[in-house]
Amino acid sequence: MRSSARLLRPAAYNENTAMTLTDAKRPLQLNDLGQLRHFLSLDSLPRELLTEILDTADAFLSEDARSMRRGTQLQGRTVCNVFFENSTRTRTTFELAAKNLSADVITLNVSTSSTSKGETLFDTLRNLEAMAADIFVVRHADSGAAHFIAEHVCPNVAVINGGDGRHAHPTQGMLDMLTIRRHKGAFENLSVAIVGDILHSRVARSNMLALKTLGCPDIRVIAPKTLMPSGIEQYGVRTFSDMDEGLKDVDVVIMLRLQRERMQGGLLPSQGEYYRLYGLTEQRLQLMKPVAIVMHPGPINRGVEIESAVADGPQSVILNQVTYGIAIRMAVLSMAMQGQLAQRQLEGDAK
Amino acid sequence: MKISIQGARVIDPASGLDQIQDIHIHCGRIIALGAAPEGFIAAQTLNAHGLIAAPGLVDLAVSLCEPGYGRRGSIASETRAAAAGGVTSLCCTPDTRPVLDSATVAKGILDKAASQASTRVYPVAALTRNFEGEQLSEMVALRDAGCVAFSNGLAQVSSARVLRRAMEYAATFDLTVMLKCQDASLAEGGLAHEGPTASFLGLQGIPAAAETIALARDLQLVELTGVRAHFSQLTAAGSVQLIADAQARGLPVTADVALYQLILTDEALTGFSSLYHVQPPLRALADREALRAGVQSGVIQAIASHHQPHHHDDKLAPFGQTEPGISSVELLLPLAMTLVEDGLLDLPTLLARLTSGPASAGLPAGQLAVGSPADLVLIDPEARTLAGSEWLSGGRNCPFHGHSLPGAVRYTLRGGEVVHQA
Repeated sequence: MRSSARLLRPAAYNENTAMTLTDAKRPLQLNDLGQLRHFLSLDSLPRELLTEILDTADAFLSEDARSMRRGTQLQGRTVCNVFFENSTRTRTTFELAAKNLSADVITLNVSTSSTSKGETLFDTLRNLEAMAADIFVVRHADSGAAHFIAEHVCPNVAVINGGDGRHAHPTQGMLDMLTIRRHKGAFENLSVAIVGDILHSRVARSNMLALKTLGCPDIRVIAPKTLMPSGIEQYGVRTFSDMDEGLKDVDVVIMLRLQRERMQGGLLPSQGEYYRLYGLTEQRLQLMKPVAIVMHPGPINRGVEIESAVADGPQSVILNQVTYGIAIRMAVLSMAMQGQLAQRQLEGDAK
Repeated sequence: MKISIQGARVIDPASGLDQIQDIHIHCGRIIALGAAPEGFIAAQTLNAHGLIAAPGLVDLAVSLCEPGYGRRGSIASETRAAAAGGVTSLCCTPDTRPVLDSATVAKGILDKAASQASTRVYPVAALTRNFEGEQLSEMVALRDAGCVAFSNGLAQVSSARVLRRAMEYAATFDLTVMLKCQDASLAEGGLAHEGPTASFLGLQGIPAAAETIALARDLQLVELTGVRAHFSQLTAAGSVQLIADAQARGLPVTADVALYQLILTDEALTGFSSLYHVQPPLRALADREALRAGVQSGVIQAIASHHQPHHHDDKLAPFGQTEPGISSVELLLPLAMTLVEDGLLDLPTLLARLTSGPASAGLPAGQLAVGSPADLVLIDPEARTLAGSEWLSGGRNCPFHGHSLPGAVRYTLRGGEVVHQA
């Protein structure tokens, strides 16, 4: 191998093992048996694993899909919600998911915690680990935060990424996939559009990865150039800046929230112009297939990205998404705990 | 002290010398090459058969961490690390605390260096006070205090008017400006090269245009003012072309590239390792190839380490919260030898990029000739260096640790004194 090509292989920083190369090819999220032990992003996870997550979640849903079957998979285990970014919806559904599995749940509100006293992220989490946390659910404003924690802080605590910067929101991605599977069936026959601020969206990135892995043949992203990341072709998607063209005959539309700050950043002139060009109105709904479904990760901005009548209308599954979210999170929590335990068993046996 | 170095293949890129011959040193200078002068009896003899003797390497950008960043390293530790990398002369960067924009700070550094530095130290001062891009530094006072050039750091002088005046002032006294080019508004908040990798990882991107736009502007101001200019740490393919065009037009500009930019690309960021967080960022493969071609053709005359040590706490956080920089001066020679191993450069050309090339930016160094100071590096081209097996720099933030690199520094001599031996 050319020596400079060899030097391109990433080394990971660790004060103690500065002498050895970390093999970046070993997947961080999987144990030696290929089971989930952290849930950080949907990148490189095999289709079978994603399907297993969907099937496990399905099994947690009651027959009428309005509530959960409870279990004891996490009895005696402690789940720590460590949210460095505000969130009511994600945090609450993770709490419910953990309690449904009989776990003890702690929620760390970072703004009042010792982090504001200057404690580093590293120390905050190490301290929580010392308090015998089994699983961390982490949301952080920095892309890569969940990877950092899983790789350098607490490799033996299951880290579930509740959203890191713009990078990934894997449980949202999976609950969106569960929604599509339950309401529209097999991915191989579907046309799915994602609309909005793709550039800043971890939800969009996770959704594109999940749809590709699960075999969706027609994934479309719709946004003005200012909200489209460079190199988006790498996801295997088609890009549109004309919403009417992009929505033609799609089976599923996923609307993304538009943040107010985008106007300040010079990315958009006004909410009004955005709504006129990219808002999902009843009129635009007609361009889609007659039984198409409307999705949104929430919280919705009525009159900014979506018309109220559409959000509340018969094709909207936005509220169902919330319910499925609990089931997905139950699936991921129980699978990651199992994966961690299996790895400990393997390592214990090896000694 | 009289020293003889016997049997080395002596390569001096400045003169084109490439011959196996002895080197004789007296009172810190080379007094003869080849046969010893009559009556010369060496007090110390180094057996250098099988080794290459070259001018001590000249590194145009090394952060020495003092004053103000003592947690990361010191003049003593970082010059010691540089000596291990084969360096005998280096420029220390003005990004100290306080910023190197006054003669007092320059004198402080040189006083310390006089007793503690393993290499010669040539401070580069800030072009404007505190890098703010408004008031000029006292360039003549700084020159008199020992500074060899004036730099804007990575902070763009946003006002073209101020930059023009700074260049005119420098040109009045025949001073050199060293410019790093990055348009502040395009680069704001950016952590990585704007491209597929940064998009995939969700990291805010800095487009290559941030560099080429600033470079194009600065080149025109150089032409307008006639100042002697060196462009530091190019990263983009477009920049190489702009420099080549300027040189073809007869503009006497020189340029350097960071050694790690010739090796790494933005793909290394996959997995979010903070070891690859640098500013300006690692760019795409096409950019790296253009930089390599520029080094090969000589449009880029100098390779520098752009050494930036960090305390390990400053790299132990999510990517966006870590400090940018790679600690690598300690590996300058063996890491650069990978370019020879790859077939990009032959050894004499590589040595030119590390000695006479950088020196042409205005340093009294980079030559191995009768009469020049005995600043030498003796290299074993057949040995290999295991990066990180010993580590002298205060900063362990080096992504090359654990790699086996071609070549090894056996001796580094400064003024005839052995400052590193392996």
